[in-house]
Amino acid sequence: MSESINIAAQSASFFTGFKLNDLWYLAGAAGHTLMIAALAISIGTVFGVFFGWVLSVSRWAGAATLGLVLDMFRSVPLIIQLILFFNFFPIIGLPLNPFAAGTIVLVFYTAALVASVARGGIESVPVTTRKAARSLGLTYWQELFYITFPIGCRSALPAWTGVALGVLKDSALVSVLGYVELLRASQILITRTQQPFIILAIAGAFYFALSFPIARITERLERRWQS
Amino acid sequence: MDYTFHWRPVWKRLPELIEAGLLTMEVAVLAMLLGIVLGMMLAFIRMSGRRELTWFATTWIETARNTPALLQLFFFGFGLGAFGVHLSPYVIVLCALSFNNAGYLAETFRGGFQAVPDTQVRAARSLGMTWGQTYSRIIIPQVLKIVYHPMTNQMVWSVLMSSLGMLVGFRELSGETQFAASQTFRVFEFFAITAVIYYVIVKLILGGSFLIHWKFFRKGEG
Repeated sequence: MSESINIAAQSASFFTGFKLNDLWYLAGAAGHTLMIAALAISIGTVFGVFFGWVLSVSRWAGAATLGLVLDMFRSVPLIIQLILFFNFFPIIGLPLNPFAAGTIVLVFYTAALVASVARGGIESVPVTTRKAARSLGLTYWQELFYITFPIGCRSALPAWTGVALGVLKDSALVSVLGYVELLRASQILITRTQQPFIILAIAGAFYFALSFPIARITERLERRWQS
Repeated sequence: MDYTFHWRPVWKRLPELIEAGLLTMEVAVLAMLLGIVLGMMLAFIRMSGRRELTWFATTWIETARNTPALLQLFFFGFGLGAFGVHLSPYVIVLCALSFNNAGYLAETFRGGFQAVPDTQVRAARSLGMTWGQTYSRIIIPQVLKIVYHPMTNQMVWSVLMSSLGMLVGFRELSGETQFAASQTFRVFEFFAITAVIYYVIVKLILGGSFLIHWKFFRKGEG
């Protein structure tokens, strides 16, 4: 009996409740989430637009190979991709830390998702518009950068935002590799405080605060462009 | 590169992996069906305009859409544990996936309902149909046709999300793979094969979705 009381007393000192300091800790971790997501989205979008352009111009051989690779990134769960590549880099003699490995995988994942969006955007521009631009004397690249991309951007923006928000949320999976972002930080706090409900709610609120405003702004933009 | 690939342990466990893959499909399909029912209800509630109910539906939808699926899974797994509700891994994954699917599908359905003209409801009603008949025979079939492709996408997401089950100890495809990998230390090999199995599952689902579409919706196209 006295033993169990003793253990209870010990555990009382071992687990400490949620403190205000922990909120700052979570905020810092949310910064990490934002950083890895911003990196992945910006680099992944550049790759994705390039892939999308390749898909839209290439005949079936190019489109089939690239399309197959990108399709694989879209059809395999991100968590499997992360574990697979995290264990693959050491095999080729390039051990990476969780942040670098996670970012690389997220970049390719984003690129695969953006590629189909970008392709749709490029193909949404009427061929007649593109031909008109060419016959006005614009070179292929001028036409691509000054005509197709700006017009295609409009139709691709809602889908692109969806992808970007998806990557922001999916970046939570990098916690599996051990990178301390928002979700990992909340798990660390749960282990210490044994108050999973409140901490998960706070972590959820952070994600919500990052994601919801962007979703709303895009919705409004989309509505304005439609009318 | 001084790493030797060992594929034999993976081949030995392949039947177990495929069985786990079936479990993945089972939970993903169940979560999808639950998600469709719940999502339909949420869409109706949101369109009904009753304030308290709308608030409830909006909270559900926005939470499901704006927080990571993994966080929702942990919430059902560990968060509910704080209230003494301890669910089995299967139920945790099913609840979390259904919650998430319902949130996304509710918005999809809402868009679908908006795409069907109001006049159809009035026309059906003036033909003497009840509300139930109007919705079940006129409106919902049209909505399902409109939202079929987004629904297929959601089904694929449902499969992909079920892989998170490994983090709450659910032995579906990913969980089984992790278990087998931890026993044999052939992490890369096991996860490579699992990636292939997921690819096949997704293709099977897309194929099945194409067949269903061909069977039910081909009339009146083109």
